[in-house]
Amino acid sequence: MDPVIWFFLLGVLAGFMRSDLRMPKAVYELLSMILLLTIGLKGGVELAQQPVGGLVLQVLAVASIGIVLPLVVFSVIRALSSVARADAASLAAHYGSVSVATYAVGVSFLATRNVPVDAQLPLFLVILEVPAIMIGIVLAKGAAARSNWRGVMHEVFLGKSIVLLIGGLLIGWLSGPVGIEPLEPLFFDLFKGVLALFLLEMGLIAANQAGDLKRRASLVILTGILIPVPAAMLGIGVGHLIGLNVGGMTLLGVLAGSASYIAAPAAMRIAVPDANPSLSLSASLGITFPFNIFIGVPLYHEAAKWLAGAGA
Amino acid sequence: MEITEVKLLTIIAEAVLEPQLIEVVEEKGAGGYTITDARGSGSRGVRSAGWTHNGNIRLEVICTSQVADDIAACLRERYYADYAMVLFVTDVGVLRPDKF
Repeated sequence: MDPVIWFFLLGVLAGFMRSDLRMPKAVYELLSMILLLTIGLKGGVELAQQPVGGLVLQVLAVASIGIVLPLVVFSVIRALSSVARADAASLAAHYGSVSVATYAVGVSFLATRNVPVDAQLPLFLVILEVPAIMIGIVLAKGAAARSNWRGVMHEVFLGKSIVLLIGGLLIGWLSGPVGIEPLEPLFFDLFKGVLALFLLEMGLIAANQAGDLKRRASLVILTGILIPVPAAMLGIGVGHLIGLNVGGMTLLGVLAGSASYIAAPAAMRIAVPDANPSLSLSASLGITFPFNIFIGVPLYHEAAKWLAGAGA
Repeated sequence: MEITEVKLLTIIAEAVLEPQLIEVVEEKGAGGYTITDARGSGSRGVRSAGWTHNGNIRLEVICTSQVADDIAACLRERYYADYAMVLFVTDVGVLRPDKF
């Protein structure tokens, strides 16, 4: 197992045993900034080395995952359970959007195995983050309903994850591989160490969220485990159709199978106040995130390898 | 020393509401405000400061009693039902009443 995963487990254990271990907020913020910038820079540098033609179609295909996924999740949850409309819409937004931490674990997993990844994946990460949140809001209220769209747009498009990812992509793209060299020690060489510390805190938070699970536990656990796998398969399939390599298919699967726990909760809290925030958050963070980093990532990689082999 | 009585309005609420709260406070005519991160526990469970969406803020406004009433009424109508929020008003003495 990738050693960074052990740090997550350590955090979970410490959280459950009520250790006084706590990461200062500022440190957590800094670590997440470094992770986001690293992912952006890496993608930007690699995009600089290849032609960007043909990217438009791929972007459209990926955006359609971000639109289809929340609609399907919403319909399935509504059909199979008695969850209120607002809560189902909120879950749809969380599961349609993406988790950067899960993506980072996927990147680390592939790097350990020397699997090359297409350069455009960080761009896909940005594209998948946004549409599901909009759709979730519309599903909850209807498009015409009076809602604070200005605040939500601001939250969604100028949230730190989008700003840092796009900023990193642009800086990487403008600087190219040679220009970025002086920054490599901080952003690229330290990636695993930063990810390990970040996952330690994620473990603490996840343990906390799992404690919130008592109410509607079966729904949360089922949603948290049953949604990611088919969603990831959709991502892997689309990745295959648009011609990504095995690493790219794996990561697109990881993105589609992951659930947001930063952008979506914040936006939904503002836009859909009657949705229960702990329901979506305990599913995405308490169940789906651990499921994905332990089982999902290797599983999606196997599926991508199989599909690439079958298509060849 | 001349001490004038005004009101101190304290609002403890979810950190995600910060921009909305500031908008209301400014719109109702308060001259300024102070925000600090807060932690605690109440009817909506433990709210820790470590993390934006289950963190709390404490927003304090020194203002006239009319402004305090306006802000309180507006917040009660918009946010009490769905958000973790506690609001209270106390009397305080200030040296420069024109500032508030």
